[in-house]
Amino acid sequence: MPRDLLVSQSAPIRLLNKTSHILDAVCTWLEATTLSHTMKTIEWTIPAVQTVHILAVATVVTPVLMIDLRLLGIGARELAIGSIANRFFPYVWWPLPVLLATGIALIAAEPSRTLKNPIFLLKMGLLIAAAGVTLGCQIPLRRDAEFWDRNAARRRTVRLMAIASLSLWIAIIFAGRWIAYVQGS
Amino acid sequence: MSKGLEVLHTFLQALQNSAVATAIREGESLFPWIECVHVLALTLVIGSIAIVDLRVIGLNSRDRGVVQMMTLALPVTWSAFVVAVITGSLLFSSNATGYAHNTFFQAKLALLALAGINMGAYHLFLGKDAGDWRTASLTPWRARVAGALSLCLWIAIAVCGRWIGFTLGGPA
Repeated sequence: MPRDLLVSQSAPIRLLNKTSHILDAVCTWLEATTLSHTMKTIEWTIPAVQTVHILAVATVVTPVLMIDLRLLGIGARELAIGSIANRFFPYVWWPLPVLLATGIALIAAEPSRTLKNPIFLLKMGLLIAAAGVTLGCQIPLRRDAEFWDRNAARRRTVRLMAIASLSLWIAIIFAGRWIAYVQGS
Repeated sequence: MSKGLEVLHTFLQALQNSAVATAIREGESLFPWIECVHVLALTLVIGSIAIVDLRVIGLNSRDRGVVQMMTLALPVTWSAFVVAVITGSLLFSSNATGYAHNTFFQAKLALLALAGINMGAYHLFLGKDAGDWRTASLTPWRARVAGALSLCLWIAIAVCGRWIGFTLGGPA
């Protein structure tokens, strides 16, 4: 094989190897933490933390659904978008620290099963996308409560955002459950 | 074994041997997919009930009437509840005798019944004058107790649900 081709192939492979070494190191470090030890030895901690995690998910997705249904014109049509947004947007954000804390505890309990799991990475990607769509919808409303109702083009845009947001959250919940069924590499 | 239990056992055995139950039990990914939909549905059931309960207790949305919050949230509750019952029954069928003997499953059913009774009592006796609360920011104490009880029951139902998965084997 020509030498230049070999070099060009080995760069990404080397990067991949390096990432997997770092991941291994992170997993080993996490395994040794007190948190990880506690989660593994006291058997009720994992289901308890999972329950709190699921309840926090409920606190996020229900307001998201209420807002999205209004944006799609399916529910609460008698209420202005601004009014629904004021009521429910805060609830989308405040469970986030709870989700992060419980999520980190669950990762610490089984680092390899989560961090090396492709579904976990997918879930994190979907989460970032969902946060982006939510902010994209919420920020213009801060300046102008009627922003999404000003013209037909905006109404179309916000309806697409609502569909994207609903699909992303459904995918996030499904991915969350699938982490338990897919083996980490 | 009493006659009633024997009939129940025969029924559960037949349910477990049905084609649908066998497919869920033996399929590669049917169980997790149904479980995904079940989790999605239950987050919406609990979330939308919490919207109503928190308003009834008086912890949020005090500028809106109880009835308004109910019209907003209850359609979501009922649609999601139907989905949760269907998916839950499918998951149950895959190992009917196992679930029936599981303490947390039995507790979950009992708590669901209590939540139903609490809701029925609220609508029949406590919340008769809910129409008058359209503008009132605070509800009577008996309604607030029912709201708090409902919230506690639903959290306990979620706890039992998660513990079923941990006590019955299979991936948690």
